[in-house]
Amino acid sequence: MDRHAQVIDVDGLQLLIEVLASRGYTVMGPTVRDGAVVVAPVAGVADLPRGLRDEQDAAHYRLVPRDDDAFFGHAAAVQGAKPVLFPADQLLWRARRSEDGFRLDASDDDDAAPVALLGARSCDLAAVDIHDEVLLRRRFSDAHYAQRRAGTFVVAVTCGDPAGTCFCASTGTGPRPGAGFDLLLTELLEPVHRFLVEVGSVRGAEVLAEVPAAPAGPGDLAAADDVVVRATGRMGRVLETEGLRDVLYAAAESPHWDDVASRCLACTSCTLVCPTCFCTSVEDVADLTGDVAERHRVWDSCFSKDFAYIHGGSLRGETRSRYRQWITHKLAAWQDQFGMLGCVGCGRCITWCPAAIDITAEAAALRAATPLVTTGEGARR
Amino acid sequence: MTSVLEGRPSAPPDPMRPVPYRVERLRQETRDTWTLELEPVGGAPLRYRAGQFTMLDAFGVGEVPISISGDPTRPGPLEHTIRDVGAVTHALVSAREGEVLGVRGPFGTTWDVTDGQGGDVVLVAGGIGLAPLRPALLELLAHRDRYGRVVLLYGARTPEDILFGEELRTWARDLGVAVDVTVDNGQHAWRGKVGLVTQLVPRAGFDARHTLALVCGPEVMMRYVAQALVDRGVPADRVRLSMERSMKCGIGLCGHCQLRELFVCVDGPVLSYDRLAPLLTCREL
Ligand SMILES: Cc1cc2nc3c(=O)[nH]c(=O)nc-3n(C[C@H](O)[C@H](O)[C@H](O)COP(=O)(O)OP(=O)(O)OC[C@H]3O[C@@H](n4cnc5c(N)ncnc54)[C@H](O)[C@@H]3O)c2cc1C
Ligand code: SF4
Ligand code: SF4
Ligand code: FES
Repeated sequence: MDRHAQVIDVDGLQLLIEVLASRGYTVMGPTVRDGAVVVAPVAGVADLPRGLRDEQDAAHYRLVPRDDDAFFGHAAAVQGAKPVLFPADQLLWRARRSEDGFRLDASDDDDAAPVALLGARSCDLAAVDIHDEVLLRRRFSDAHYAQRRAGTFVVAVTCGDPAGTCFCASTGTGPRPGAGFDLLLTELLEPVHRFLVEVGSVRGAEVLAEVPAAPAGPGDLAAADDVVVRATGRMGRVLETEGLRDVLYAAAESPHWDDVASRCLACTSCTLVCPTCFCTSVEDVADLTGDVAERHRVWDSCFSKDFAYIHGGSLRGETRSRYRQWITHKLAAWQDQFGMLGCVGCGRCITWCPAAIDITAEAAALRAATPLVTTGEGARR
Repeated sequence: MTSVLEGRPSAPPDPMRPVPYRVERLRQETRDTWTLELEPVGGAPLRYRAGQFTMLDAFGVGEVPISISGDPTRPGPLEHTIRDVGAVTHALVSAREGEVLGVRGPFGTTWDVTDGQGGDVVLVAGGIGLAPLRPALLELLAHRDRYGRVVLLYGARTPEDILFGEELRTWARDLGVAVDVTVDNGQHAWRGKVGLVTQLVPRAGFDARHTLALVCGPEVMMRYVAQALVDRGVPADRVRLSMERSMKCGIGLCGHCQLRELFVCVDGPVLSYDRLAPLLTCREL
């Protein structure tokens, strides 16, 4: 690939953030809050998590010092781009009571400043691409997502130090972002702290033109490639994806669901941190007089009891059924619905599960316990 | 310097915004079921096909999926037949004439009754399930000569719960529909059949191999009826069921209605039994 790459230094990164801000973007990047890397507004490099690594394992997260000065020496932040592009609470409309019923207020364009995502990882971009497929490229699309998405500028970062819960190499979604960015940074520490910058779009090139940069040399390119090779070799976990859809469909009546259900708290954490989960509900709120009503779209989870409620009761009353829905949707039904896996291997659901339930381990256990009979039943239509 | 705020795309039309419709008339069908006749406020009448549903909104209370129960072959008010079972359906059937409700839709797949032309058509309804089947029957009757035997098997809870009683008589007497009704609990005055609608399937007069079957009712009822139809020889891909699931959007985005790989709101609600059978036999899928 002809990469036309350039190199910027730490001052260049600072300037890049300033250029984005001056163009009207709210720059959202990794920053440390309450002992974890979260995505929040950043004003400069001082806000980035310098010299920190995240130790992640099932039900475990801890920031530990690195022996270098890396800004992006951590893996996936607590949440990715989902809260930015697809907020947990979205006003759908507001209406006022009139003599004969109600009148909807004119839909106002979302006038919040567009966002520049700084430090988005390959798994984050893969998840955004999945949301594009789910929310934009079908018969009906999500108008609010469409608007936010179109305005978003993406500065991606190649993952150099995956966490123990990462498995994007298995899902084919990392560690090096292939597309979906305006600019791509690869952080290089030796002999001097610098960033290889690759351009992914015209507006990316326009922004980079405002930052002093030098053409990348063969040594820079080789060092960047080496980052990818080392990261791939350091993935903490593996997910065997071959034939996974058929395994999960065949496992529908597996006794293993009872085993998972005995551990699962149905707390919904996994679906909240998962960057691809898109399920929502609606909530109606009326003011005290009852004259103004609003409908909000709010995140929901297939682990909540009301999720499959129809008059008369929940269609998935038991935790075993809800865990089955979750993992079967992610790893199997998603392939039929959207032609792709619903998991990008970010490992968040493993880290943030209070019961340490591990999607890779459960998938492996189901595979081991499920004899695959190939019948016409599971075949694609 | 150019600001990114300039030249941003304006919001595309949002399918989550309800369109105002006025309640023209309310007809009480049974003790707990009403039919609402709606007219758009200002806009054009809704074009829909038999089997589709809308998301009906009662201001400040909420929004639920309700099938269209009117005649798709004739212009007229938009009709929905609603059983009062909870907060939103209660608010809908309690609307006063002249009041404005919100409508989104029409959504979902259709009965496609024309696939039954040249053969027999069997409609099997349980309870409120007759309402979503009414447009299919009216469409059949608009071209009655193109079909062989038309059979309607209908099960209600009690004689008082029988929907569209007048029409059932007209369909049977004047329009060439073989109507067979059964109730779960018959009182003394009831001289008709008592028992499950499933039991009507084996003896009904239709040529199973050349039949299109349309089924709507509670899921257990549909499962047994579909199996009884298949046992009689109706091909599974000629048996269509209208599925009920939790629906918060109706347009494939909220995820609530999923049945394994299906989004029941857009892939359904009308689905053929050959696709559904393996999914319905697994509990809580
Ligand atoms: C495609 C389709 C077509 C339909 N067509 C018709 C029709 O033609 N006529 C008809 O009468 N009905 C029809 N229904 C059924 C109708 O949508 C339901 O009866 C209606 O949604 C009930 O809403 P409710 O608020 O009145 O009742 P509720 O039982 O109060 O439920 C309303 C909603 O509130 C929530 N909820 C309420 N109580 C609870 C609880 N205890 N726990 C968790 N959540 C709760 C649920 O999310 C539920 O969806 C159809 C359904 C579908 C899917
Ligand atoms: S299922 Fe888990 S590992 Fe996969 S994308 Fe979601 S949070 Fe990440
Ligand atoms: S059904 Fe469950 S696993 Fe699938 S997207 Fe919705 S919340 Fe996530
Ligand atoms: S009702 Fe929302 S996805 Fe089907």
